[in-house]
Amino acid sequence: MDKTRRNLIVASSVLGGAASVGVAVPFAWSMWPSERAKAAGAPVEADISAIAPGEMQVVEWRGKPVWILRRTTEMLDSVKKAEPLVTDPASKDSVQPAYAKNDVRAAKPEYLVLIGICSHLGCSPQFKGAEAKAEMGADWQGGFLCPCHGSKFDLAGRVYKGAPAPINLEVPEYTYLSDTRLLIGEDKKGA
Amino acid sequence: MTRLLSAAWDWFDARMPSVAEEWRKHAAEYYAPKNFNFWYYFGALALFVLVIQIVSGIFLTMNYKPDAALAFGSVEYIMRDVPGGWAIRYIHSTGASAFFVIVYLHMFRGLLYGSYRRPRELVWIFGVLIYLTLMAEAFFGYLLPWGQMSYWGAQVIVNLFGTIPFIGPDLALWIRGDYVVGDATLNRFFALHVIAIPLVLLGLIAAHILALHDVGSNNPDGIEIKKKKGPDGHPLDGIPFHPYYTVKDLVGAVVFLMIFCAIMFFVPEMGGYFLEYNNFIPADPLKTPPHIAPVWYFTPYYSILRAVPPVSVDFLGIPPTQFPGVLAMGIATLILFFLPWLDRGAAKSIRYRGPIYKWALAGFVVTFVVLGYLGTETVTVWGQFGPWLGNADVATVVARVFTVLYFAFFFLMPWYTRIDKCKPEPERTT
Repeated sequence: MDKTRRNLIVASSVLGGAASVGVAVPFAWSMWPSERAKAAGAPVEADISAIAPGEMQVVEWRGKPVWILRRTTEMLDSVKKAEPLVTDPASKDSVQPAYAKNDVRAAKPEYLVLIGICSHLGCSPQFKGAEAKAEMGADWQGGFLCPCHGSKFDLAGRVYKGAPAPINLEVPEYTYLSDTRLLIGEDKKGA
Repeated sequence: MTRLLSAAWDWFDARMPSVAEEWRKHAAEYYAPKNFNFWYYFGALALFVLVIQIVSGIFLTMNYKPDAALAFGSVEYIMRDVPGGWAIRYIHSTGASAFFVIVYLHMFRGLLYGSYRRPRELVWIFGVLIYLTLMAEAFFGYLLPWGQMSYWGAQVIVNLFGTIPFIGPDLALWIRGDYVVGDATLNRFFALHVIAIPLVLLGLIAAHILALHDVGSNNPDGIEIKKKKGPDGHPLDGIPFHPYYTVKDLVGAVVFLMIFCAIMFFVPEMGGYFLEYNNFIPADPLKTPPHIAPVWYFTPYYSILRAVPPVSVDFLGIPPTQFPGVLAMGIATLILFFLPWLDRGAAKSIRYRGPIYKWALAGFVVTFVVLGYLGTETVTVWGQFGPWLGNADVATVVARVFTVLYFAFFFLMPWYTRIDKCKPEPERTT
């Protein structure tokens, strides 16, 4: 056997293989979010002055629904009452900025800001008030129900025990630009 | 005229004899067992539906717009304004479900007669690859009408990849090409649906048929007809595929078309199973419909996914994750690849198998149907157990039981097929 020829074949196959992998890279890379998609991920501003107590406003950020819920005192009480019913009351395992890692998962307790996407498989849960006890069970304190796989969340977006959703709903980064203007997607001022 | 035609053929044949050669090899002199029954229609029918899908698909792309702002409207435009567009669209949507009906029956035939057993392991493996590719094709295609069910179905399925440890979130982002299912996702799914996956599918089908014609077809008796050859070198129990089985399959195609047309003209939505009601509402990224379910052909696996609860690995610092369910669903499909080696039965065909395999297969069919049904419903469909079972949803508990049965069929197969008392196989086909 001619070793030189065989080595030549092996070497050229290896180089050729490396080259084909190299060629595949730009194709695979083209599937990442484009610059335009990234730019569309810029923070959005919401005017929260018009939200009545107990009402919720939905804004779109990065194509996802972001909920801004103005909680009443009863709603905040219900968050306290739901504590033994939820998996992770202290939000250890969930995603939120440091200023929302507290009992009510918000920088200002009155306004709850959440990404309205279930932590299970990405459906958008629906608001179910405390009065929906017939449907949600006698211990229901008010919160959100995911229509896809039945995960329940309390009025701080914390997941109820026994639900398929693994962690609490995500809190995005946000900043109060003023008392009535909220910037979602960034926690620095002046964006 | 005949002389002219035959001269033209001779001219052609002298220059490209491989056409006639391939025809002889795969049709006129491909000897198939003479005892094919009803179950042997579905291979040819699958090929027929593939042609239907490709042709109707080509004409759909002439009017469809893969753009998140225009897609839903362009499908309605096809349905209302394009001459005959409604028929083409319903042919394509009915064809998709028909494809899966046929493929499931075709696979069931393999389970009945042990068609995956030696020496046909490769035929089976290519077949499973075709099945998985077909699922991908159906999934990508289902996003294109850009209805509510398209959108949220894709959202859920892409997020399944997001649960894979470590690489999951980035992988999901890479698949979507955006932070949520959006225009970029629709555009690439269109490319995959109309060209990339069909090309893969065609290649796999070619490999499936070539591998089959190399080893020869199995038959309802599960015996090798090549063991008994006549003086002419052809199997004694074999007959040429053409004209015998081409004629038989033609009859099958006619009957199939009668059923197909009845569905396509009278019940194209099939009560929400072939085309789901929510898909007649344009996609709304801010609002999930109250009940989402995949199309019927995915629902057995979807049930398995839902049946497995999330698990957390505290000592590794891994937060609770749905990944075990995704893994179970993946294993439920990938286990099919190992079937040729899991089955240790002395006989191939159900005709000569003992009672254990017969019960196991019957149980598997029931399992598959029950899981499939539960996957189309919400988990609350059968209400809750009392407090003595922690108020668990009845449907979830049932799905868990049947998920265990699904895996038991495969994982216990090496054991129960070996102890099963098979009857002796005949020397010749019956």
